[in-house]
Amino acid sequence: MPRTTTVWRSITLAVAFSAMVALAPSPASAKTEIQFWHAMTGQLGDATNELVRQFNESQSEYEVKPLRKGTYPETLTAAIAAYRQRQAPNIVQVFEAGTQTMMLSGAVHPVYQLFKEQEIAMDWKDFIAPVVGYYSKDGNLYSMPFNSSTPIFYYNKDVFQKAGLDPAKPPQTWKQVEEYSKKIIASGAAKCGFSTGWPSWTMVENMHAWHDQPFATRRNGFDGLDVQLLINKEFGVKHVSQLAAWQKDNVYSYGGRTGTADPKFVNGECAMYIQSSALIGGFTRGVKFAWGSGQLPHWGPPYAKATSIIGGATLWIMKGKPANENRGTAKFLKFISETNQQMWWHVTTGYLAISNSAVKNLEAGYHFKKNPDQWTAFAQLTRGKATANSQGLRLGNFVQIRDVIESELENIFAGKKTAKQGLDDAVAKSNDLLKEFAAANKQ
Amino acid sequence: MQRTVFRSWWLPYVLVFPQMAVTMIFFFWPALKSLQLSLYRVSPFGDSMTFVGLGNFTKLLADPEYYRSVVNSLVFAAGVTVLAVAGALVLAALATQKIRGLAAYRTLLLWPYGIAPPVAGIIFLFIFHPTYGVLPYFLSFVTAYEFNWLLKGWVALTLVIAATAWTHLGYNIAFFIAGLLAIPGAVMEAADVDGAGPVRRFRSIVFPLVSPITFYLVVLNMVFAFFESFGVIDAVTKGGPGDATMIMVYKLYKDGFIGLNLGSSGAQSVILMALVIGLTMLQFRFAEKKVTYR
Repeated sequence: MPRTTTVWRSITLAVAFSAMVALAPSPASAKTEIQFWHAMTGQLGDATNELVRQFNESQSEYEVKPLRKGTYPETLTAAIAAYRQRQAPNIVQVFEAGTQTMMLSGAVHPVYQLFKEQEIAMDWKDFIAPVVGYYSKDGNLYSMPFNSSTPIFYYNKDVFQKAGLDPAKPPQTWKQVEEYSKKIIASGAAKCGFSTGWPSWTMVENMHAWHDQPFATRRNGFDGLDVQLLINKEFGVKHVSQLAAWQKDNVYSYGGRTGTADPKFVNGECAMYIQSSALIGGFTRGVKFAWGSGQLPHWGPPYAKATSIIGGATLWIMKGKPANENRGTAKFLKFISETNQQMWWHVTTGYLAISNSAVKNLEAGYHFKKNPDQWTAFAQLTRGKATANSQGLRLGNFVQIRDVIESELENIFAGKKTAKQGLDDAVAKSNDLLKEFAAANKQ
Repeated sequence: MQRTVFRSWWLPYVLVFPQMAVTMIFFFWPALKSLQLSLYRVSPFGDSMTFVGLGNFTKLLADPEYYRSVVNSLVFAAGVTVLAVAGALVLAALATQKIRGLAAYRTLLLWPYGIAPPVAGIIFLFIFHPTYGVLPYFLSFVTAYEFNWLLKGWVALTLVIAATAWTHLGYNIAFFIAGLLAIPGAVMEAADVDGAGPVRRFRSIVFPLVSPITFYLVVLNMVFAFFESFGVIDAVTKGGPGDATMIMVYKLYKDGFIGLNLGSSGAQSVILMALVIGLTMLQFRFAEKKVTYR
């Protein structure tokens, strides 16, 4: 009996003691904490945490606390809910489709203003043009570019070899994609020609930009809120109806929204794949066959060739935070945009380096010579000047519009609607969403 | 009926208070809040709220896509309810036979209920996904039929109905087993003596005797299918392909939490609430008459 009592007493003591330790203020809390909410998972999440760790160790005044809040939409929803409770994080990562919503929210602190206020010098001119263009208003950057990518063309070199195609030469035109696909299927080297990730982003948004076709009126929405989509015009209908026709004989194989088609390429089922350049990192580690990359296929004349547009996300600064926290936020953003960090970020993740000096340094170190696939995206984005059609998209309710487009693409690929009907319906529904957004945001 | 009389007048109030508080905080307050939201146009960050009257409702009721989600919901709920309740009754009837290893069977039958809907969705994905699923892979050896529910709407709908029904099967089985075991052996024996076969016995004795349970489960499964089927849809189809599996509760989530259109989302939740209340009342009004309580 007495022994049990002793045991109990020591357990009670231990519990009480650990509770005391846990509740005691830790001496390190003198640092100013910066809350940073993001949506990066897996290897990308590790890389994000590593950047934060480097910053926290580089100085002693501030401590950035990274917190993963789920998917992009979940992170945004969480930040909004927190903002309504006045508990918003200092920094929140928002995907490109949420740009217009954030810009007009009245809840954010534009990043150019933050740096001006804090009197921290930042060479905005050094940022690469396609990224700055997408996130600027009246020439001022509103959010801090973080993870930017663009769709590129991937192909399975082993399959090309087996089908008697030159594994060093990816197709340049859509005609070649068709021709190669048929050869590949006929030779039995693979079951399908090509597939795509993020169907609206790669096949509709980027295809319009790449062929210098307008996606929407008012310079793709950059000039005002009274916007209407233009994807049901000649080019859009031509491209989508071609995809639908190819879907029938496996030249094209639809693999779902977001990145659910990735396994089709990774398993060797499809010989070619159009997806974000940010998959280079994952493919380098996870793909068992020889693969290469190339620029997006083009339809050729009469269409011009512009640049592709970026996707990914940026970091937004929430309004209403104390000055010392804002200072820490600015310092953190400054840190991650520095050349060394940008080079590391690009090499580790495959996302674009966002400053020209980082790109130059990478070139000087023969990084792109050694890793030509890492150059593909830059080549595509910088091959010419971005036109009004290829600088990006600035649409309200864009998340829903993407959804509308993708569900109509599914109706078209399933043969339920013709390309023209499906795109007409997508445009009509999207225009309603745009009108609604304009009504909700009229000043 | 025995009437319980409390000696002090306040005791009953104290006893019902916790339940009332939970109901108020977690049911009535959010319901009122969505009723309020449904009358406004709300900016995503909630800074500006404009009163629009019934604007959100009229817009929804003029939208063919919304009607499609209503139809989808009715088909979905009917499918899930029939499959989950009928399936459970059959399995429970089998699990009350005198067979070896009965306890093990019963335990296994209850298991699916312990699996959270999103997890069930992921499991179904690994089995059925056209790109990396196990089943389509093996099917491809025997047939050229493509099990591609990424494009075939009705296949996708069938799949989410099956997955949702499966998650609720265990719960229903538990109730039916209890109900079946409560049937007095003497009644069955008497029927046996009268020469009634198994089918006749089931129709004339078993089914009427478990009818209160069946009724309860039908109502519960229907409500479950309307409100809580979110997890499976989100994990498996996200409403696609096209909008083949876009049921009301998922559309409400998508418009509200991804599209940030809280006003429309609020209106949708009010309509959904009214619809389910209406359907439940109809069931009590008509179906309950066929129920024999003991």
